[in-house]
Amino acid sequence: MSSAIPVGDSHSEDHHDLGFIRTYIFSTDHKMIAKQFLVTSLLFLALGGMLAAMIRWQLGFPGQPLPFNLGAILPDTMAPGGIILPEFYNSLVTMHATFMVFFALMPLMAGVFGNLLIPLQIGADDMAFPRINMLSFWITPVAGAIMLASFFVEGGAAGAGWTSYAPLSTSGEWTGVYLGQILWLVSLIVLGFSSITGALNYVTTVIAMRAPGMTWFRIPLATWSLFVTAWLLLLAIPILTGGLILLLLDQTIGTAFFRPEGSGEPLMWQHIFWFFGHPEVYILILPAMGFVSEVIANRSRKPVFGYHSMVVAIVAIAFLGWVVWGHHMFQSGMNPFLGMSFMATTVVIAVPSAIKTFNWIGTLWKGDIHFDTPLLHAVSFVALFVIGGLSGIFLASAPVDIYLHDTYFIVAHLHYVLVGGSLFGIFAGITFWYPKMFGRMMNETLGKLHWGVSFIAYNLAFFPMHNLGVQGMMRRIYDPNQYEFLQSLQSTNTFISKSVFVFVSVQVLFAINFFWSMRKGKKAGDNPWDSNGLEWACPSPPPHGNFAEIPIVHRGPYEYSYPGREQDFWPQNEAPVESFGASTKPEHKPGE
Amino acid sequence: MSDAVLATIDRTPEPGMGVFNKKLGMWVFLLSEVMFFTSLIGSYIILRYAHPDHFAAPGELLNVNLTAANTFLLICSSVSMVKAFAAIQQGDLKGLQRWLLVTILMGTAFVSVQAYEYIMLSHEGFLPGLADYTAHAGGPLYGATFYVMTGFHGAHVSLGVLALIFVYIRALRGEYTVADHEGVEVIGLYWHFVDLVWIILFTIVYLI
Amino acid sequence: MNLSWIMPESVSTFGPALDNLYYVILVITGIVFVVTEVVLVYFMIKYRHKEGRKATYIEGSSKAEWIWTSATAVIVMALAIYSKGIWDEIRHPDMFPENAYELNVTAKQYEWNAAYAGPDGQLGTSDDIMSRNQVHVPVDQPVIVNLQSEDVIHSFFLPQLRVKHDVVPGRVWPIWFEATQTGEFPLACAELCGLGHYRMGGTLIVHSKEDFDSWLSEMQIEAEDDE
Ligand code: HEM
Ligand SMILES: [Cu+2]
Ligand SMILES: [Cu+2]
Repeated sequence: MSSAIPVGDSHSEDHHDLGFIRTYIFSTDHKMIAKQFLVTSLLFLALGGMLAAMIRWQLGFPGQPLPFNLGAILPDTMAPGGIILPEFYNSLVTMHATFMVFFALMPLMAGVFGNLLIPLQIGADDMAFPRINMLSFWITPVAGAIMLASFFVEGGAAGAGWTSYAPLSTSGEWTGVYLGQILWLVSLIVLGFSSITGALNYVTTVIAMRAPGMTWFRIPLATWSLFVTAWLLLLAIPILTGGLILLLLDQTIGTAFFRPEGSGEPLMWQHIFWFFGHPEVYILILPAMGFVSEVIANRSRKPVFGYHSMVVAIVAIAFLGWVVWGHHMFQSGMNPFLGMSFMATTVVIAVPSAIKTFNWIGTLWKGDIHFDTPLLHAVSFVALFVIGGLSGIFLASAPVDIYLHDTYFIVAHLHYVLVGGSLFGIFAGITFWYPKMFGRMMNETLGKLHWGVSFIAYNLAFFPMHNLGVQGMMRRIYDPNQYEFLQSLQSTNTFISKSVFVFVSVQVLFAINFFWSMRKGKKAGDNPWDSNGLEWACPSPPPHGNFAEIPIVHRGPYEYSYPGREQDFWPQNEAPVESFGASTKPEHKPGE
Repeated sequence: MSDAVLATIDRTPEPGMGVFNKKLGMWVFLLSEVMFFTSLIGSYIILRYAHPDHFAAPGELLNVNLTAANTFLLICSSVSMVKAFAAIQQGDLKGLQRWLLVTILMGTAFVSVQAYEYIMLSHEGFLPGLADYTAHAGGPLYGATFYVMTGFHGAHVSLGVLALIFVYIRALRGEYTVADHEGVEVIGLYWHFVDLVWIILFTIVYLI
Repeated sequence: MNLSWIMPESVSTFGPALDNLYYVILVITGIVFVVTEVVLVYFMIKYRHKEGRKATYIEGSSKAEWIWTSATAVIVMALAIYSKGIWDEIRHPDMFPENAYELNVTAKQYEWNAAYAGPDGQLGTSDDIMSRNQVHVPVDQPVIVNLQSEDVIHSFFLPQLRVKHDVVPGRVWPIWFEATQTGEFPLACAELCGLGHYRMGGTLIVHSKEDFDSWLSEMQIEAEDDE
């Protein structure tokens, strides 16, 4: 039997025939959709960064007018004379988190890499439902526009926090924000459809469209984690949508689901939100864990240490993620016995996280480590995720959480996992798969510089937040100096702010590198990292339909430095040589 | 590379275009729908458990007989949907058209009865909002949960009817055959799901 | 710059136990942190790419996996059991002290209103003594505070007493603590509650027993004078 199946002719048409609109705008090609997601979500990332810088300006230099004459640009309802108002500060905190979580990290993970990697890594020609996929992208800018518009309506943007706790969020009476809060809800309801349609595609594609020989335990970890993430999206997002709808009804037609004046239950909102929210935090990090596994294995030229336990850990995290939500509510008045059950499940979920960490370190052990930009980001991910995981242990302990809950310790924890973890993971992913997306390499010097300054500035900015939390500084406060016991922390806050400004500014280097390399970067070739995955078996960038012939998979994705082989990599689709291979190491059986 | 490996992999020769994907996609989508209704029904259970005084006894306010009849109608429409699918499996295009029409009519009737019920209830002052909550037995949580759950279900039925009309038009044009009728199967799945949700809602909202 | 990992002095009876737990976690996580980061950096240096050297083909080790999985599991479970003891001491309904002095604190945007039993010895009657943004309690005596909110969720945070509890509108939330030192300690709102959240501060004033009684009677006289 021949080792390839001809691709059906529905895809033999060349994409150049499609014209500009169908190629670049209303494209159904998963790679183009990935690029659209990439550019959009990087813009939202930049926006989120600017909002963060404003927050930090207020905390670093409270009561001083914003620099660069920003005061002249911002209306008096936000920052009269350039001095940020408390209500605008609350909007900044809310919208920073909202844009980062829902419009930057989520689309970067699922939208960009789900689209780019899943079909390529499993050897499919596209997603299962290309048109639904296109829809999934186009919903995002629409939802984003609604969210952005809320800054400019009367009362300003939502200011009840990204967690939008009721009853603060149920009525403008409490915040002065009426329309802004409604737009916030509508935008997220709309955005939910993007996640669900996307997830629908990822799940179906992975289940149904794997190339011959691509058994479950030959799937690369990036796709594994994206697949599991897709399940989480699929099941968690509708919960949020349901909750948002109820909250919207409370806001608009005067129902009382979460309003105590009508006997509604404010705590029910928290349960709904965190029942979604904890799976959500894994949506935000599992894919990054996948990218990091790929990059570390590839750049240290070694198989992933404990591939099977990595898969099991991903799946375990996804299951356990459903039963820990109460750890966000230890101090909310939840039944103290229930609190103990949540503490028990929460410490259990620390175990698979630890397994993954040790496996990454094990992958580096006795490797042949190549210090390219993707590896530096990937190893930073591990180093920083360790910190975020360990700070999680403090918070998992309910009594310690009494003191640390709603302080800067939480802010430190979540930024160690979401910036140190997810964002560095995304940088690892972008720099690693950039050549596949655009056919050119990114500039290494710029890349390393961006990484180095980011890594240092990041830690200088976020590590001291732990200390602020331990000293008792609350999160989401406009001016800590109102409290005498926090006044001595001002110098730390100023230092943090300065570090944040460096961290945010240095991202310009990344932007320059990103756009410059698209035209001027070194030509990449099909497989610049000597990698095994199927994505490297097609041209860079891959044409419409991806593979000239459907690849056939013969082995797992991490056969690096296989003993006795000349090459230190062994592509998944390389046909085995008769005399060799079978004798030293039997092929994985299908369906194992 | 062995044929054995190929044989174990479930895929259509033309990737992404097969019937298998659409059906799988619908199943996956319905799981997502399950979670959506879980959030609404879960909220209802929590609120009712916490504030039993807000909820009137079964039959006190809601017209159980009318809705029971309506439920029966929806169940029948599921049967006619099965008939439609069975017809096209036999290649009976006429049968498909006929049973689809019956399903559409019953679906429409269901939504109409629901709309009638809403109008009657609102005349009695039973509304989702806060404003009226002293007007009658029960409190504001009753109306809110009632309208949200039945309303979102009704919206699902309405969308289903629209999709059925779309399928019906295609059936009229003769676009389904014995070999190729995924559309009918997929919409059928959705329709049965919506029916199932209603049976749950009818039980917990009207009967207990 | 304050980069301290030492918690501010605690002045409640359960404070030291809670702090101990914190320090135990700090030491354990500190060790894990240092060890993992050092190993990570060491591997990076030791196994950096050198011409002519190949990576060793290792797919994993189930022994190593078992060791670190069970070690992690044991440590976190132990911490959970340790934590449970302290949690129960603070939050278990049966552990609420019997001879406690009881007062009400009602939160609203953006202030704390404390109410103490007046001459009739009853809380929640018209002769209650009120104090705004100041919560007065006696030292060395358990105190039960009934938390309530008039509008949105606030969080009653007494950093130095290691007390924090959300105040959710619609219900009364009793909490307890026992101060071990007289003096003034910060009271803060820890849950975003609107634009004035950042200034919703107050003071906990811990009196000696005698001072507390005389403060109460002073307040009573004041209240009578007002009438
Ligand atoms: C070792 C595993 C982890 C444990 C034990 C843990 C534990 C916790 C706990 C108990 C809280 C609530 C603290 C409080 O509000 O008082 C929390 C907050 C949070 N965690 Fe984790 N966590 C872990 C890993 C992660 C990961 C991997 C992510 C994200 C990728 C994450 C993201 C967050 C976020 C965003 C919050 C704050 C949410 C908010 O209140 O705005 N955590 N974590
Ligand atoms: Cu969580
Ligand atoms: Cu507050």
